[in-house]
Amino acid sequence: MPEPPDFSNWSCPLPLRDYPTIAMGHGGGGKLSAELIEHLFLPAFRNDALANLGDASIVPLTGERLAFSTDSFVVRPLFFPGGSIGDLAVNGTVNDLAVSGARPVYLSVGMILEEGFPIASLARIADDMAKAARSAGVQIVTGDTKVVERGHGDGCYINTSGIGLVTHAQEIGPTHAQVGDAVIVSGTLGDHGTAIMSVREGLEFQTTIRSDTAALNVLIEHVLQAGNSAVHVMRDPTRGGIASSLNEIATASKVGVVLEEKSLPVRAEVRAACELLGLDPVYVANEGKVLVFVAGSRAQGVLEAMRAHPLGRDSVVIGKVSDQHPGMVVAHTMIGATRVIPMQIGEQLPRIC
Amino acid sequence: MKYLDEFRNGEIAQSLAREIRRLTTRPWKIMEVCGGQTHSIVRNGIDQLLPPEIEMIHGPGCPVCVTPLAIIDQALAIAGQPGVIFCSFGDMLRVPGSDKDLFRIRGEGGDVRIVYSPLDAVHIASQHPEKQVVFFGVGFETTAPANAMAVHVARQQGLKNFSALISHVLVPPAIAAIMQSPRNSIQAFLAAGHVCSVMGYKQYPPLAEHFHVPIIVTGFEPLDILEGIRRAVQQLETGEARADNAYERIVTLEGNLPAQKLLEQVFEVVDRAWRGIGVIPASGWRLRHEYRDFDAEHRFRVTDIHTVESPLCHSGEVLQGILKPNQCPAFGEACTPRKPLGATMVSSEGACAAYYNYGRFISADQLTHA
Repeated sequence: MPEPPDFSNWSCPLPLRDYPTIAMGHGGGGKLSAELIEHLFLPAFRNDALANLGDASIVPLTGERLAFSTDSFVVRPLFFPGGSIGDLAVNGTVNDLAVSGARPVYLSVGMILEEGFPIASLARIADDMAKAARSAGVQIVTGDTKVVERGHGDGCYINTSGIGLVTHAQEIGPTHAQVGDAVIVSGTLGDHGTAIMSVREGLEFQTTIRSDTAALNVLIEHVLQAGNSAVHVMRDPTRGGIASSLNEIATASKVGVVLEEKSLPVRAEVRAACELLGLDPVYVANEGKVLVFVAGSRAQGVLEAMRAHPLGRDSVVIGKVSDQHPGMVVAHTMIGATRVIPMQIGEQLPRIC
Repeated sequence: MKYLDEFRNGEIAQSLAREIRRLTTRPWKIMEVCGGQTHSIVRNGIDQLLPPEIEMIHGPGCPVCVTPLAIIDQALAIAGQPGVIFCSFGDMLRVPGSDKDLFRIRGEGGDVRIVYSPLDAVHIASQHPEKQVVFFGVGFETTAPANAMAVHVARQQGLKNFSALISHVLVPPAIAAIMQSPRNSIQAFLAAGHVCSVMGYKQYPPLAEHFHVPIIVTGFEPLDILEGIRRAVQQLETGEARADNAYERIVTLEGNLPAQKLLEQVFEVVDRAWRGIGVIPASGWRLRHEYRDFDAEHRFRVTDIHTVESPLCHSGEVLQGILKPNQCPAFGEACTPRKPLGATMVSSEGACAAYYNYGRFISADQLTHA
């Protein structure tokens, strides 16, 4: 018998002891993911750039400010309404750089392929990546391919890393939300997660919902031009939905976030699917939306600039930052009461009835 | 969205709440039976609109919560066997058995799959003749017709590799058991609307009369629940005790007769243990003898189950409405949705999870002023 792992040197071992093995929730972007980072990775890798816990790190390099980010993609199925793993892999990293206030420039691509994976599918993925990179104005400048034995992978996993240039002096990041900020979202919630669910094995349902996967860097340039130093935080609310992103920001900035439930933009088809499955759209993934925290006085200008861009046409103010209940996200409900929107625990589970 | 937005209208909700405040002259305790209603009350903050005299007590109507530990342990034992594909509704996967849950079984290499319909499990069985496919059929009367249909279809198709682990529970015997409890303080019930959509509500007038308690068949949207409460308060204030249907767009007196016929054909009534509560006579269904070949308990003959409940968990008192979730000493401390001690902290319909997920570790009063 191998010795049980010794967690005694970690900063706070208790949460990890509850899960001696990796659970799906550790990759879900919710509380379990956060615990893994806080109690395992941060103690191991700790440094100043990492401490910010942004979507990308801003690092100085011979006079320039660089943004550096990485993301891995394990979506199933690989092709879905509105896009593919290739689109996600490019757009995801482009967006992580852009929300950090950087202009994305170069990407790397790491492919992990399973023995037996069709070359035709790989070509389709590569083509999607090339198109996505062109439309985002970035170049894929280095790559790597590994193959694992059949049964040891799920067809195709992709990692992308990206470098961006920060050409302004503003501090944008999850710790910078301020009381009085307006919270804007660039469009409808939950499209990507619902589109994926609609084609997932065992759950196929007919719908016209398409993934919203898109590169947000140009939209974000508009945000920065219009809002300038009044823009405090940007985030692309991917897995875990806006609920997880807003909770992270509320915690990191030590402020409260108050949402108006009736302002949340959700497509009728997405609402219907979520009602049927017992899911809450605020926890469902987006791949082409940005949350913007901007000083209340400048919100209207930023909103107009966002609406002028095709990807921000449905932008809307969904809430504000408050000095009440720091670290918490609450929503005024449809019927005029208040509820807390907590960080998601692991995966959202469809309920029985 | 049609049929939903109409029943979430803020102005009508406020006017119903005003009417409830106007009717109320003294304290009343009303139990919403169904976990779906508990979820809606806490999610929408319906209790924040009620006068302080009205106390909502959260009932035992969460299928995940009341499924006995011995059945969960049986499920875990079956799911862990090689050659088995174990199919379940999603929220059963995190329910703690004596020492693990179905997620852990999956992590250890078990083939545990989430399905949305029991018929999906039948389909999986027909696609994998070399495997034993087991469906975990739990729930109230609401899920029972689909579960019965799955067994029925499997028999029609002559499938030899499909079976169901059945642990169904019934609402009316639970209402009777609560009223007979010496610690009972419930004065009116909101009956579970979707259970009644299947079974009708013909069982309720005799119960209402016998126990002299108003029973209002109630839906799940904010206006449904407020209207159910309004009708309950109206009866309570005038000393009436009738069964009343406030969910007429879905529920009829007789219910879904073809479904009832199928249920009668496939299931028979048994005494059933409710997790945290104990055995309630004639409160559950199991497969009839004719369907024995499809009974996973019979097929796998799992023995050697020794259940161990957490001594810290008070879910039984929560399910009987004796304790509010946030009055439990373990709530939010030793017991959270991430590390639940009892099933009430697992399902989105469990009262403890509803309280935790919608932030009821702070008081409703604090929320109102947020």
